[in-house]
Amino acid sequence: MANYVWPKFGTATVIGKRHDRVDGVAKATGTAKYAYDINPAGMIIARLLGSPHAHAKIKSIDLSPAKKVPGVVEAVALKKADDELLFQGEEIAVVAAESEAAAAEGVAAIKVEYEVLPHFVNDTDLAAAKAAGMTGKGGKNISLAKEPGDDDDEDEFTEKEINRLLKESAVVVEGEYGIHMITHMCLEPHGSTCEWKDGKLVAHLSTQNVSGTGPQFAGPLGITADDVTVHCDYIGGGFGSKFAADTWGVACAELSKKTGRPVKLMLDRDQELKIAGNRPSGFLKCRVGADKNGVITVWDSEQWGTAGAKPGVVSEKVVPYVYEPKNRRVISHTIKTNRGLVRAWRAPNHPQACAMSQTAIDDIAAKLGLNSLDVFKRNLVHVANGKAEVYAAQMDVAARLIGWNDKWHLHGKGPKKGSIVEGLGLAIHTWGGGGHTSKCTIRISPDGGVSSTLGSQDLGVGTRTAIAAVVAETFGLTIDDVQVNMGNSKYPASGPSGGSTTIGGVSESNRRGSLDALDKLLAVVAPKLGVTADQLEAKGGRIQVVGSPSKSLGWKEACSLLGMNAIEAQGEYVRGSKDAKTGADSKLSNSQVGGVQMAEVAVDLDTGVVKMKKFVAVQDVGTIIARKQAESQVYGSVIMGIAYALFEEQIMDQASGAFVNCEIADYKLPRLGDIGDIVVEMYEPESEYNRGVVGIGEPPVIAPGAAISNAVANAIGVRVSTLPMTPQRVLEALKGRKA
Amino acid sequence: MKSFEYSAPRDEAGVLSVLSAEAGHTEILAGGTDLIGLMKKFIVTPDRVVNIKEVRSLRGIDADSEGVTIGAVTNLDDILESPHLNEFPSVQQAIRNMSSPQLQAQGTIGGDLCQRPRCWFYRNGYGRLAAASLIADGDNRFHAIFGNEGAAKFVSASRLAPALVALGAEVRIIGPGSQDELFMPLASLFQTPRTEWQRETVLEPNQLLTHIRIPRQGAANGTYEVRHGEGPDYPLVAASAALRVESGIVRQAAIVLGQVAPTPWFSADAVRAIVGRPVTEVTADAAGEAAIATATPLSGNGYKVQLAKVAVKRAILSAAGLETGGF
Ligand SMILES: Cc1cc2nc3c(=O)[nH]c(=O)nc-3n(C[C@H](O)[C@H](O)[C@H](O)COP(=O)(O)OP(=O)(O)OC[C@H]3O[C@@H](n4cnc5c(N)ncnc54)[C@H](O)[C@@H]3O)c2cc1C
Repeated sequence: MANYVWPKFGTATVIGKRHDRVDGVAKATGTAKYAYDINPAGMIIARLLGSPHAHAKIKSIDLSPAKKVPGVVEAVALKKADDELLFQGEEIAVVAAESEAAAAEGVAAIKVEYEVLPHFVNDTDLAAAKAAGMTGKGGKNISLAKEPGDDDDEDEFTEKEINRLLKESAVVVEGEYGIHMITHMCLEPHGSTCEWKDGKLVAHLSTQNVSGTGPQFAGPLGITADDVTVHCDYIGGGFGSKFAADTWGVACAELSKKTGRPVKLMLDRDQELKIAGNRPSGFLKCRVGADKNGVITVWDSEQWGTAGAKPGVVSEKVVPYVYEPKNRRVISHTIKTNRGLVRAWRAPNHPQACAMSQTAIDDIAAKLGLNSLDVFKRNLVHVANGKAEVYAAQMDVAARLIGWNDKWHLHGKGPKKGSIVEGLGLAIHTWGGGGHTSKCTIRISPDGGVSSTLGSQDLGVGTRTAIAAVVAETFGLTIDDVQVNMGNSKYPASGPSGGSTTIGGVSESNRRGSLDALDKLLAVVAPKLGVTADQLEAKGGRIQVVGSPSKSLGWKEACSLLGMNAIEAQGEYVRGSKDAKTGADSKLSNSQVGGVQMAEVAVDLDTGVVKMKKFVAVQDVGTIIARKQAESQVYGSVIMGIAYALFEEQIMDQASGAFVNCEIADYKLPRLGDIGDIVVEMYEPESEYNRGVVGIGEPPVIAPGAAISNAVANAIGVRVSTLPMTPQRVLEALKGRKA
Repeated sequence: MKSFEYSAPRDEAGVLSVLSAEAGHTEILAGGTDLIGLMKKFIVTPDRVVNIKEVRSLRGIDADSEGVTIGAVTNLDDILESPHLNEFPSVQQAIRNMSSPQLQAQGTIGGDLCQRPRCWFYRNGYGRLAAASLIADGDNRFHAIFGNEGAAKFVSASRLAPALVALGAEVRIIGPGSQDELFMPLASLFQTPRTEWQRETVLEPNQLLTHIRIPRQGAANGTYEVRHGEGPDYPLVAASAALRVESGIVRQAAIVLGQVAPTPWFSADAVRAIVGRPVTEVTADAAGEAAIATATPLSGNGYKVQLAKVAVKRAILSAAGLETGGF
């Protein structure tokens, strides 16, 4: 068995380099087919009817008027009389028709009688939620340096101790911070094209989970997962919201079975926003004590928020974020609201936790008249993830790149040009990112062809390119020499793309499989070159004797020695598994990354408009496989971060319970002109390379909210308590100061 | 989308012959960037759609010594690129701010002026005037701060109207009779509807807006929009100013706000404040202050009053070729 390691630091020729995406041309020219683009012959189109009410009970459903609409082929109810609808858009029925227009007309014709029930959509006001009986049990994260005595009541002791610590602090910041609910807003909405062939289902599904969604179709359809093939070659956004077959996916398959025709059902834009996932909101009230240097002595906070129609809240376990002072009390409450259901959103819990707590740390600096960077640095004594030194080094790098020392001024004390002021802010983050379980088949053909086949998916992040890089590196080839087959559930199973686990998982399986396949090839080549296999290496498109490259065979020639028999090797990695012989952790992948981000903003004091000037993201990442794509992860994350910091918000109308900005014209997102200058810097001393691969699909999206909020506070001298910092909120914060 | 009858006449008379007198029966299709979305959501459900983009006489830009005439189906990009518009930077600024290659290439000036209300209750199917109490009690952060006492609390969202009204533009309207032709100030095209069947313009269902004419009056002009971001989103508030300045003193002025009322909002108060004075930071600010004196914000849009003040001030400064001091 091969030794599963990466090439020594500085010796790799393919991994860690800059590569264009292997599927870049296909995407740019439109030949790349997304689920939305799959149009089998004879296909009909289905549309979904969603609840118009935030809370209602169905009294009756009559599909017959829909079936009478010309062009409508079939209609199926997903709910029945007496079912309760918990949020606007909740699925009620589907209609399939010869055209999209007829399907929509069919949906409009369905007669549903509702009993409208009282709704509750307010997540900002904890007292109102309590009064309405909509709060639920949250959690506690309490830690004190001092232990209670045997006779002490624990809660009383905690209360006393926290108050004592606050009293003894040089400064106490009392603040309120919040971050509104956002939705995933995938540009390609959720949905699928389904068809049946010989009693078996073929589902072209827009999914982050190619290998795992088969059973979700099979169960409700009364078939086995073997009878389902899920395809997804390309996907137009998921961000954590596309792990499931979903009711509408199963309904699409059912409609196809009933009609005997391929059916496409993609959500409408407003449905995509209403029912296909959201990121929970978070609001926090705190008292934070610190010494005169700004080092936190005690943290006391209470938080609440909603995850929609089922209880849930941002985890109190990650508050305060990354900085975990020994003396802390964090209490959370869940609020149930008549809003869509939560789905994982890039780094679940972390962006909210960061935005709700690292803002308070910045306010300590403001209150003490200190440099925020110094305060964030000094508080690294509270970092418990073992990365304090890395953060400190990253802060220096980020500070240099943004020009912190030259540009810094105390909060609200910068120069004013016209009505414009500028400011700086920072925040830090942490994430696991260990590889998921992954299998692949590596194949070397006698004609020299090389392929990797696995049931993984490329979410647009460059997974195909990264896999090609791993295989090419191992075989001494270039990425163009490698065919990557993915996006099919009949291929060897690979994990869902969530938790930044994909790059670690597929790099593991592909490196292992490729090394094993290479061993087999070298065993065949060795006799020909008159050496033993362990004297051979694959390099520069040749199989050569280590140290004497003149004794070699070209790759093709070497493969031709295989005769009729292609080599196939299974690469397999089980998440968290140790080396079978030595019991050691895998050297190929790792987990736990951190990063430091800094924002520079300009604010128009008269209009409250915030503009990004510059954003610096310093990120540690372990072994980099595909550099451009790794950097893209950070660019994309920062842009998404700017989105929720300044623009994005699910706006619920309290009176009607309606999600009023559920269209693309009203759901604000940043455009190219809004993102400023983004600088991505990978933090990669040799020690990082030697750690192995760690995923960074999520970590860089965590800190922008807090960093940008801190920069705005630094610019204008007051805190805009809630994200997104719209002109309205900025003006209101400024008015608070004047009042 | 409801099934409809489609017609694409080649001349103005042909259009008039297929427009129905019955409100709601027929919709005019220009670029379709507003109409199609509304039809897809069943907010507008015509039985007949009349495409006017095949009518040659409705397209193009003509100029003579007295003014510039623009056909209703002329695309916004064609207007932006036309040298005839160079003396009207207020119009160019408004188009440029749309920041959308798609809307600028597909959208027309007639469609921009006649686009339906911006109101998320209306656009989500809660009705236009019927939504009045929903708006008053609900989330009205983007709604009207002027002229909102009646049932109409939405905002007129036309991007070009503030500039064109301030410049004293006129419109040509034809119909219902094949010989009927009417010229009137663009300002009079807009109305605040009092009933569900009244539209936001005075056009009868069987009338057509054919041309917009901007007179050359030698007024310095400028538009300032308060924009949340740089993308193709509507501004939060817009203002346009056209100023006749002689010997450094404003002799005549027109100041029109957008996104603040159910119609483009002509501010006589701002005009009074600036006429007879030179344009300076101080006088422009005073005009902004005057503009908002009569504002009637709703429960959740008080911030728009501040934005209106700033927009007026900056539109005046921009018209006079001065720095606005902001973004
Ligand atoms: C995502 C998005 C963003 C947008 N952003 C903006 C924006 O920032 N600013 C802005 O101003 N607009 C915006 N719009 C609205 C609209 O697209 C533009 O205003 C466009 O210029 C409308 O022109 P059109 O020719 O496409 O109109 P159409 O959709 O064809 O028509 C609009 C309305 O006017 C009527 N109409 C059209 N021409 C005539 C005529 N000659 N006589 C009588 N009635 C007529 C139609 O019947 C219809 O009711 C946006 C639209 C979308 C979808």
